[in-house]
Amino acid sequence: MSAQERVFNETLLSVENISLSFGAVKAISDVSFDIKKGEIRAIIGPNGAGKTSMLNCINGFYHPQLGQMVYKGAVRKQMKPHETAANGVARTFQNVALFRGMTTLDNIMTGRNLKINKWKTWLLAAAIFVGPTRDEERVHRAFVEEIIKFLEIEAIRKTPVGRLPYGLQKRVELGRALAAEPELLLLDEPMAGMNLEEKQDMCRFILDVNDEFGTTIALIEHDMGVVMDISDRVVVLDHGSKIADGTPDEVKKNQDVIDAYLGVPH
Amino acid sequence: MVLFAPILDMVDSPEFFIEVIIGGLVAGVMYSLVALGFVLIFKASSVFNFSQGVLALFAALTLVGLMDGTVPILLIDSGFPLPAWAAIIVTGLVMVGLAFLIERIVLRPLVNQDPIILFMSTIGLAFVLEGFGDILWGSEVKALDVGIPTGNFLIGEIQLQVFDMWAAGIAAFMVLVLAVFFQKTRLGRALRAVADDHQAALSVGIPLRNIWIVVWAVAGFVALVAGIMWGSSSGVQFSLSLIALKALPVLILGGFTSVPGAIVGGLIIGVGEKVAEVYWGPMVNGAIENWFAYVLALVFLLFRPQGLFGDKIIERV
Repeated sequence: MSAQERVFNETLLSVENISLSFGAVKAISDVSFDIKKGEIRAIIGPNGAGKTSMLNCINGFYHPQLGQMVYKGAVRKQMKPHETAANGVARTFQNVALFRGMTTLDNIMTGRNLKINKWKTWLLAAAIFVGPTRDEERVHRAFVEEIIKFLEIEAIRKTPVGRLPYGLQKRVELGRALAAEPELLLLDEPMAGMNLEEKQDMCRFILDVNDEFGTTIALIEHDMGVVMDISDRVVVLDHGSKIADGTPDEVKKNQDVIDAYLGVPH
Repeated sequence: MVLFAPILDMVDSPEFFIEVIIGGLVAGVMYSLVALGFVLIFKASSVFNFSQGVLALFAALTLVGLMDGTVPILLIDSGFPLPAWAAIIVTGLVMVGLAFLIERIVLRPLVNQDPIILFMSTIGLAFVLEGFGDILWGSEVKALDVGIPTGNFLIGEIQLQVFDMWAAGIAAFMVLVLAVFFQKTRLGRALRAVADDHQAALSVGIPLRNIWIVVWAVAGFVALVAGIMWGSSSGVQFSLSLIALKALPVLILGGFTSVPGAIVGGLIIGVGEKVAEVYWGPMVNGAIENWFAYVLALVFLLFRPQGLFGDKIIERV
């Protein structure tokens, strides 16, 4: 039932022989895969397979001891998270990491941080909120309103996010990531803890983001139905190693994947 | 019964009562100015900055030194006194430079430490800055006059000080600016974001270090304003740094995380201690002003530890 295969040629990010360990614990060992520009790439695997560690490496929270990442055609030097953000990587978190004291609007505006002109909003100008600062704020506010409309969260614009139900929080977090107009969007379990209806909405948003803005998306998800439906290609990790990589149909038939999920004596 | 007699006095002579209240409000405004600096840093980094009072002292010392044209350390006259406006700008820049140094030397090596450790480091910072200020500008009491008008005028029967009105106006303006800054600007949002969630802040491209510099620079500006107001009214001297202690009860009243709280807390304490001093003071031979604020703070700690406007303290057991 999966849609007809889409073809992507240009590689956006290629992960090459990455290994990451914390002391004696190996979180990722020698994993390579690539993410093509414009595709939806899923990373799946049982608990503790190293999926989130992988996202953290891509986004700069972790620095793998071995291997390299080739991003937009060049080997990427070790980067801090705010540097990868400046290079077009945005993400959401497994346990919603919103700015809880702020409203939906302010959260998404904060996501716009890198796009707002620094010099028009530097400390003194901002302190007295003079003309250029205000104009700059207005321009970006307009963009944020577009996102709010897109995600259908107009009604909760001014609500502090701490008060929102979980499903909506996840949606606001997606909005914050989108505000940065990322080239590569990392979603860590965007549908965890959602009911069926919320999942369907989230699927629709992810597909629309990919479709309308051409954003490349890498996502981690446990709901296999969802993964097989929306992703173009799937990479499967188990115990920190890659065990399969391919289209949803290929992966589904892979004996290693079936074993990893159902469990066989190793 | 004798405890209630002063209330009759208040009703008997309302003009005098209003003057006392206004005197209290003005003193309160000054407390608020110092408390504001505390709130800013606490909001953005959950660090209680013990050195805020000394920052104000240091700013005032630098300002006076520049206006007198004193050569730092040598303490001789350079013959180049700066006009007030230029001295204020240069002092502002010095405070930004100081923020930069504090981040580099004190905060960065202590990143990810417990708040109590950072708190201790600000105590150390207070001592260092105090000594450094003495070395640079000398330790004698100096007069500060940046040209804030003085004198007094009458509204009806009530006598008002022009200087006090300026102090109140400046404080009100600062609060307004800070409120807009925090709510409506990129940097303000970034500050709140960092206070809420470090990881998420990093992931949207906010570098923590720059934010800390910004916070301390803003706290430095607030200290500068507080230093100017306190220095103009009571001279620039070491005791300036002790007003920081008066800011503590203000914070407990207002809540450590609330800008409006710092203002309201300051006003309540200012008015409370003046009224208590003037009307009830004679019964206990005075000096109520010295302890009133702390007793009030204790009462608040017992019944409303988050303060009037602070975020409710919820902890998982």
